[in-house]
Amino acid sequence: MDKTDLTPTYLPSGDRAVLVQFAPKIDAAINRYIHSLCSKIDDNPFKGLIEYQPSYSCLIVHYDPMLLTYNEVTAYLEKIISITGSDEELSSSVVEIPVCYGGDHGPDLPFVAAHLGRSEEDVVACHTGENCLVCFLGFTPGFPLSQAPEKLAGVPRLETPRTKVPAGSVGVVGNQTGVYPISSPGGWRLIGRTPLKLYDPGRDEPFLVKPGDYIRFKAISAEEYAAISAG
Amino acid sequence: MQTFKVVKPGLFTTIQDLGRPGYQRFGLPTAGPMDSYSLRMANLLAGNDLNAAALEMAFAGATLEVMRQTVVALTGASMQAALNGANMPAWQGVRVREGDRLELGSAVEGVYSYLAVAGGIDVPPVFGSRSTDVLASIGGIEGRPLKSGDIVETYAPEDLPDEIMLKQDFISSFPPKTLARVIMGPQDKRFTAAGLDTFLNSIYKVTVNVNRIGYKLEGPQIEHLEGADIITEGQTPGAIQVPRDGRPIILLADRGSVGGYTKIAVVISADIRKVAQSGPGKEISFQAVDLETARRAYREEEAIFMLNRRLLFEP
Repeated sequence: MDKTDLTPTYLPSGDRAVLVQFAPKIDAAINRYIHSLCSKIDDNPFKGLIEYQPSYSCLIVHYDPMLLTYNEVTAYLEKIISITGSDEELSSSVVEIPVCYGGDHGPDLPFVAAHLGRSEEDVVACHTGENCLVCFLGFTPGFPLSQAPEKLAGVPRLETPRTKVPAGSVGVVGNQTGVYPISSPGGWRLIGRTPLKLYDPGRDEPFLVKPGDYIRFKAISAEEYAAISAG
Repeated sequence: MQTFKVVKPGLFTTIQDLGRPGYQRFGLPTAGPMDSYSLRMANLLAGNDLNAAALEMAFAGATLEVMRQTVVALTGASMQAALNGANMPAWQGVRVREGDRLELGSAVEGVYSYLAVAGGIDVPPVFGSRSTDVLASIGGIEGRPLKSGDIVETYAPEDLPDEIMLKQDFISSFPPKTLARVIMGPQDKRFTAAGLDTFLNSIYKVTVNVNRIGYKLEGPQIEHLEGADIITEGQTPGAIQVPRDGRPIILLADRGSVGGYTKIAVVISADIRKVAQSGPGKEISFQAVDLETARRAYREEEAIFMLNRRLLFEP
């Protein structure tokens, strides 16, 4: 990471949100810094803050224009940035997600293996081999856009997205990996499926992972998948 | 308390309060009304908190059977409302009784109508809001639009308000041409000077691709500097994204919480409802304003509610 990567640019995003832009790239260090800022905001909230929304390389802060001006919000954010180091420890959890790889659950595993010049076993070993940073949630409720292990980077999107990806499907694309929480259209390459629900509005913790958490995928058999699904 | 039986649901009728802020970082849209002024005004006339849940009806309204005496208020798009077959006035409190039949037709002017009921609609809040979000399947009745046979329940009001009438000045009209004021950016630098000029000096027409997520417009192509894609980031209500084809899409209540297209500008809060009430074929043009102008417009709208609360309810 370049030092200038963490130099903020402030931009209005309409009349009730400030966009803080860092170097526009998908980079774990920049994204981790954004999560550090979020936790600093949690520790130092201000009246009129409605919510904040991290993504890969920027943070959007929504505010109440009845209480604050744009300049007041950027002044506050400048202060937050000045007290946030680039190497702060994140108080993230590591969430283990069991995945049944290949077969019907992961129809694109053969393609991904062939594209990367690896065996399917090797792809699974890479995918389960490290903690993946959850850069942000988006697209559908609870969808974790996460940093894929480097050895799996470079997988292209489907040319024609599927109109219906089953809930729980685990996909890879570019240098990202993620899990489809609900059945939705999708263009990622599917390598497996988890029996866990990433989004369940009826649960005490509706979202299984939070932005800034880490996901650790774990391979399970089709039998284990069926057993967990059956509850 | 059971208040309405849904005889016909209309084209897309959902329960909405002022929305669900606080969960965009988990991937949920804010949902809420497409026209928050009209929803709030309906609630004011029904004697409710401005954030109470009411019915939002799109394009063609519902037919409802009234199950008990109450006061309702209809605002927003005009939908040829009839109460027991006779013309029903909008923008005022109307007393209805058990057995009455409330029938709304197609929107003549505007797109979204709001029907508020004294006490507010009683559905369990999910993540702090009663707003229906059909993608996440939450809010309203089972997270879906109303269907025939649904029973709409309401909270018991403290007492029924009088049939108060709003002053003409505060009744919205929805003209065929709309000027939407915008704050430029966040990605206005990603367009050529000609592209920016096209955006600010053309008339765009609303296509048939309109829903609670956003409105696709047609008109002169807005030229990008180098490509339409950005690294995925959050998107705020009213954001005008310009994908590769150069035609703007205005993102509204149910927009995805994130997106990866350049956003040339964002419609100011006070004008978002004007866009939402401009259905297919209507014309929209854009005018760049500064944050101070937007803030003043926002405050003026808030002041209207404070003023009317005094005008209508204080002796």
